[in-house]
Amino acid sequence: MLPEYYFSIMTKKIKKRKKSDTSNSGLIDITKKKFRWSDYLAEKIIKGVAFLSITIIILIFFFVFRESMPIFSSAKPAETTVASQEVQETYGEVTDQSDKQETYGEVTDQTDVQETYGDVVDTTAANVAAESYTVSAGSGHDDNQSALKTLMSKEWYPVSEKPRFGLFSLIIGTFKITLISILFAAPLAILAAIYSASFAGKRTKEIIKPTIEMLAGFPSVVIGFFALMVLATFLQEVFHYETRLNSFVGGIAMGIAAIPIIFTITEDALTAVPKTFNEASLALGASKWQTAFFVILPAATPGIFAAVLLGIGRVFGETMIALMATGNAAQMGMNPFESVRTLAATIGAEMAEVVFGDTHYNVLFLIGSVLFIFTFVINAIAEFYVKGKLMKRIQGK
Amino acid sequence: MSFEKIHTENMTLHYGSKMALNNISISIPEKKVTAFIGPSGCGKSTFLRSLNRMNDLIDGVKIEGKILIDDINIYDKNIDVVTLRKKVGMVFQKSNPFAKSIYENVAYGPRINGVKDKKQLDEIVETALQNAAIWGEVKDRLGDSAMGLSGGQQQRLCIARTLAVNPEIVLMDEPASALDPLSTSKIEELIVQLKEKYTIVIVTHNMQQAARISDLTAFFYLGELIEFDKTKKIFTNPDKKQTEDYITGRFG
Amino acid sequence: MIKSFKNNIKGILIEGLTLSSALLIIAIVVVMFTVIFIGGKDQISWEFLTSFPEDGMTKGGIFPAIYGTALLVILMSVAAVPFGTITAIYLTEYAREESIIAKSIRFAVRTLAVIPSIIYGLFGLGFFIKFVGTSMDNAFLGGQLKWGQPNILWASLTMSLLTLPVVIVSVEEALKTVPRDLRAASLALGATKWQTIWKVVIPGSISGILTGTILAVSRAAGEVAPILFTGVAYYLATLPGSLSDQFMVLGYHIYVMSTQSANVDQTMPIQFGTTLVLLMLTFILNFSAIILRYRIRKKKTN
Repeated sequence: MLPEYYFSIMTKKIKKRKKSDTSNSGLIDITKKKFRWSDYLAEKIIKGVAFLSITIIILIFFFVFRESMPIFSSAKPAETTVASQEVQETYGEVTDQSDKQETYGEVTDQTDVQETYGDVVDTTAANVAAESYTVSAGSGHDDNQSALKTLMSKEWYPVSEKPRFGLFSLIIGTFKITLISILFAAPLAILAAIYSASFAGKRTKEIIKPTIEMLAGFPSVVIGFFALMVLATFLQEVFHYETRLNSFVGGIAMGIAAIPIIFTITEDALTAVPKTFNEASLALGASKWQTAFFVILPAATPGIFAAVLLGIGRVFGETMIALMATGNAAQMGMNPFESVRTLAATIGAEMAEVVFGDTHYNVLFLIGSVLFIFTFVINAIAEFYVKGKLMKRIQGK
Repeated sequence: MSFEKIHTENMTLHYGSKMALNNISISIPEKKVTAFIGPSGCGKSTFLRSLNRMNDLIDGVKIEGKILIDDINIYDKNIDVVTLRKKVGMVFQKSNPFAKSIYENVAYGPRINGVKDKKQLDEIVETALQNAAIWGEVKDRLGDSAMGLSGGQQQRLCIARTLAVNPEIVLMDEPASALDPLSTSKIEELIVQLKEKYTIVIVTHNMQQAARISDLTAFFYLGELIEFDKTKKIFTNPDKKQTEDYITGRFG
Repeated sequence: MIKSFKNNIKGILIEGLTLSSALLIIAIVVVMFTVIFIGGKDQISWEFLTSFPEDGMTKGGIFPAIYGTALLVILMSVAAVPFGTITAIYLTEYAREESIIAKSIRFAVRTLAVIPSIIYGLFGLGFFIKFVGTSMDNAFLGGQLKWGQPNILWASLTMSLLTLPVVIVSVEEALKTVPRDLRAASLALGATKWQTIWKVVIPGSISGILTGTILAVSRAAGEVAPILFTGVAYYLATLPGSLSDQFMVLGYHIYVMSTQSANVDQTMPIQFGTTLVLLMLTFILNFSAIILRYRIRKKKTN
């Protein structure tokens, strides 16, 4: 059964519509699919460029790892290395603290190297140093096997006669710094974020939040400078320790750098908790602080966890502050007031002086790979926590 | 063979697995105002958007059946969609002028089509603004930002913008629903004038509006075309009970 | 009543504790800034900013460091801004939200954002200098060493990788403020996708692109680790004249002067002065970016 209208049309005189009947000027022909160059090109170029960002990650990964791989390859026949005299006596417990002070970063003078590891005082060592440097330059590839064995040892003497690449002391140093910095930064940043999210009035918040976030705008070399020039002296006067630059100073300085990250993400997590939680708690007669600590904080825990993780990641890989404020001595003691050397600082200090293709070169890239993996994993965990658990918690699973 | 401007046969549309339009067959004549009415979610806007293939922008949309405009199946793979949209223009529910001047908004379409000559553009802009019954209000401030106009003016500007491309059909998706009564009546007047030159298809949830301005009315319900007839008949003596129920307000 | 009184005391103490934490952090910010300002303000003069260092860095100015920083930052922007903008355009305009490609790119961007800056330096050395540079030398110069060593070109490229995530995120944010129905309106008028992007979306997100650029510049001006061994130097007698030259920057200048100066007392004022200049530079840049970002967010909520 046709609609009435359709029927009436069919019974009327059918007027054949001439094409020129259209009052619109010009035919609009929709039947030819037009190929538009600019659109095609634009799409191809845009897609191509976007893909490059994935490519870059893969490239970075690949190249950093590639340059560290030679360590693990089988050793070539070793040239007989020179002096049998091991520089045994010269490493070990540091006797003279003041020597620590001199080096902050780039090693420019070989004799300095010997001094910083707190050892030899007599001149023969200087000769050995010179010899060992040339030896290692030539025997780079050859000592791979033995170098590999030293990786987990405790001694970091990459430029001594028999190079030892014990990462252990560097790892300890890095962990010490990270621990101190997070112990300092996390409580401060989290409490401040709680204030900003749960207690502060609108106007106060508008002053506090941007000021703390301004901290993120300080380049790390400036924070390092501040630590080196001012903070170290200040803390030394307060705590009366011997070494001016140590893991404590470095840790506090790194903490300062980590505060903005922990603060911002924690604050975001706290404000992301639905307002309804807040209202429900207050309506039940709880006070502001009870609501903040017993309702909102628990709900935001995954986000806070992620914030601290990201703070850790930041500190772990920080180079400039480490170079300037930690004393740069590869030591392993538990004392926070002694100098340390971090993984990142080692790369920063030694890469410029290293011979391309040398074992030392490869080990530095290996350290880089370790840093890469570590921060990658931390980031992945943090993301998992924020995306997965935080969202689930708020949506109630 | 069909005689009408727009003709569909057994058109069905799926959003993924959900069927949104079922077996729509309709013939819409040219240079008249056809209104689509029906309760929310009944598919009338979806159907409207199929007529200029704006549904292509949504993922997972599948269309079966034929939609013919001027006897050409617009879903044929040889069709140039970009050109189709110059022939079939659209005015949206919420006015969406570009963040440019009034002049540039209207000139956008012609510029895209390659018109570069300033005098030509001026002429097209003026004609379009006149046809959209807004020329008098803006002729002295063509350089001002379009965002400074009122809601009703912005919508008329959007109509002018569409007209500047010289389409044959103008689709309107609830063009006055976001406007106050005064602006609404101005737009309604405009639509009645426009049908002299253009084929108008308008979706509206306002039955009285449909009754006021349209020549033909199609009643959609739950993705199906229930009844399509002269407006007068639909509103005074509909064939289907569902239509009658909707018109008299028993549901919707 | 006593219980609620106790509770009140508890509440006040706790609120006080959190407030003190916030104030302590602010105090750190203020102290850092003040100390550097006081230490450096006397150094700042037109001469200081425009003359070369003299006398083993104990006198003179820091012009080459400023020049090098500016040059580095400009080259970096030339690489990073178009690249990052195009990637952001892909993510918002072309890729489907849930597609694997989009997710991978976003993941890659987030990973790039957290990699320690020193790793970029390693990459710059291993890839740009030793791989690309040496290949270039072998291919075009018959093995002569020109591009296979640290210079401003490689350093800028390295830095641009570091700032890429910043640009991408800012531009994406700006692109998203352009309402979807503006794109629909353009397409409904018979414009193609690229025409829509070029004539509607990009003009609407210029401020976001600008914000991203400013943030990238600010970051690049202050980072030292990525350029430690890809091109920076402590003292150069001349300004870098070509892409294969080395260069000086403010950050590295501060680092070396403060840790390896022979005559600390004499160079101290210059150290503080240089630090103050760098700090002011990054602050002004960050501040402008924040204002721009605030304006963008306001536009969105309107």
